[in-house]
Amino acid sequence: MQLDNLERDYMCPGHVGCPGCGAAIAMRFVLKALGEKTIMIIPACCWSIIAGPYPQSTLQIPVLHTAFETGGAVASGVRAAQDVKGDSETTVVTWAGDGGTFDIGFQALSGAVERNDNFIYVCYDNEAYMNTGVQRSSSTPYGAWTTTTPGQQWKRLRKKNIVEVLVAHRIAYAATASIAYPEDLVRKVTKAKSITGARFIHIFSSCPTGWGIPSEMSIKIARMAVQTNIFPLYEVEEGTRYTINFTPKGYLVNEYFRLQGRFKHLSEKDLAHIQEMVDEDWNLLLRKTGSIPEIS
Amino acid sequence: MKQVVEGSHAVAEAVRLARAQVISAYPITPQTHIVERLSEYCADSTLAARFLRVESEHSALAALIGAASCGVRTFTATSSQGLALMHELLHWASAARLPIVMANVNRAMAPGWNIWADQTDSLAQRDTGWIQLYCEHSQEVLDTAIQAFRLGEWLNLPVMVNLDAFFLSHTYEVVDLPKQNVVDRFLPPYQPRFQLDTKDPCAFNQLAPPNIYMEMRHNIQTAMDDALTFFGQMENEFKNTIGRGYGPVEAIECEDAEIIMVTSGTITSTSRQVLSELRKKGEKIGLLKIKLFRPFPVKAMRELTASARKIAVIDRNFSFGASGIFAQEVRAALCNHPGHPMVFGYVAGLGGRDVTTAVIEEIYRLTKESDLPQQESIWVGLHEVEHAVGQS
Repeated sequence: MQLDNLERDYMCPGHVGCPGCGAAIAMRFVLKALGEKTIMIIPACCWSIIAGPYPQSTLQIPVLHTAFETGGAVASGVRAAQDVKGDSETTVVTWAGDGGTFDIGFQALSGAVERNDNFIYVCYDNEAYMNTGVQRSSSTPYGAWTTTTPGQQWKRLRKKNIVEVLVAHRIAYAATASIAYPEDLVRKVTKAKSITGARFIHIFSSCPTGWGIPSEMSIKIARMAVQTNIFPLYEVEEGTRYTINFTPKGYLVNEYFRLQGRFKHLSEKDLAHIQEMVDEDWNLLLRKTGSIPEIS
Repeated sequence: MKQVVEGSHAVAEAVRLARAQVISAYPITPQTHIVERLSEYCADSTLAARFLRVESEHSALAALIGAASCGVRTFTATSSQGLALMHELLHWASAARLPIVMANVNRAMAPGWNIWADQTDSLAQRDTGWIQLYCEHSQEVLDTAIQAFRLGEWLNLPVMVNLDAFFLSHTYEVVDLPKQNVVDRFLPPYQPRFQLDTKDPCAFNQLAPPNIYMEMRHNIQTAMDDALTFFGQMENEFKNTIGRGYGPVEAIECEDAEIIMVTSGTITSTSRQVLSELRKKGEKIGLLKIKLFRPFPVKAMRELTASARKIAVIDRNFSFGASGIFAQEVRAALCNHPGHPMVFGYVAGLGGRDVTTAVIEEIYRLTKESDLPQQESIWVGLHEVEHAVGQS
């Protein structure tokens, strides 16, 4: 797919995101793929701010800002209303951060997906509560410093695997995507748009402010997350058919961690342990695709 | 057409007649009969609405916030714990100016688990910006639920119709069901003032800095003020098309009353009987039923109680550390009105305990025998309790 074909932007200049904000980049590409017949629901997240204060809005589509934990349920209501009005054409999209998806909004998301309501849920994942000042979420990865996992209390728990949780709902379509792979991202959004039922797209969105990286490193870090298998690019149809979209080149995790302030306290031993976890998760994913045999 | 219907089904009939377009609900006793009946109506196409079977009351209201933002007519029903779970979104619905209609079956808050009548659930939500209406009988439930759509859509405010658990929700009464074409005249299709529209993209409910937030809140209060005027106008239209009316408050023999009993909900019916008995005995008793709680009908309260010496407010609800909630509101309404009557507060019937004619007569007697209220609330009919926490 040629991104040049998607000339029109639905996101205006003048948003109030931080320099290098991955979530702003993600929004721009997603809206290019979705087009103007889109209603977007934004529960509390960085984008509640990035979109701009009353009476301005950086988005050229109708946006409904909603309470933190309501992304799934509000989308169900918007879809129902549009259907009642005879409008089945408009795409209803929830746009939420990882806190609103993995944590506080998880119940409403699970409910909407179980009902197979006809909408796309996009989670732009910056791996912590960035809007409130970098507090840990269940999406924060193992090893990370946050303002609520400071000093020696850095997070020693794994990141919740949200895609697999949704796949367990037999969701019509689930995919991971990255701001570093815009063609893959746009292809997945376009594909999701063509499917009926509940759909989920999980976008890895770097956060220079919260991760302790220079703003110009945003894309590079996102690319490294894919190349190291920390954030594999894959998609799952009907909760069963797995496709891996990027074949890794065997990079080790060390450099990815060494470039980010949030991981600077980690020892070689910690990184070796993290490498083991990443390898384990990758092999688990390969098994689901049938690429390697089941454990006997 | 007159039919014998359960109070819950009177709500469902009203929602059917109002042609609600999106309904979303989560089950809770004693609200379930309302949503079960509506589910049947949606399943057999008696009602052309989408019914969203959500996973919580919180999501029930969230879904309607989404639907109402698209400009369709919406309804939900809940009770007690479910209403409390919605609390955050009650604020959201009113500040987003969405005319969502909700039936709340007044039930006690836990613990201990108690599914019976008590108004503390809805009265604890008094500051959320919802219009609140309280009903005495099933005919009033049906009529009020229809009126709620008209009221909410005119004012762009959400409306809560309250009915007592079991005394109304599970009791069968004769109800006159208006014809669809008559209701259609009273309640035409909803014409939203704003809606999510891809042809006219707008952002709703976005960041509102200090330079604009206060004005947004003031607009809600202006709508509440308008509600007092519009309520009368709406009821006149209802009377003209459907033939019944209730008023924001109803005064019964208050003109010459020395003591006016103030009630809401089903306690009013029992009080009517007490009034009739005591009047026969020559007692100068009046009765004031409060139907409209938010906005509170201050002017009407002042005018209708002007000639009385004492007011006895019966509350099936309580604000801990203060008093019965209707009593608070009545005191607040009267305190700046010169020469106003004394306000006696009584708490009775919490958690579904019967408020009998004897209880109401006792309240009347206590009020008659006291020159001044000795405390903010007198709890009527308390039993001796062993093992109470914090008592020596």
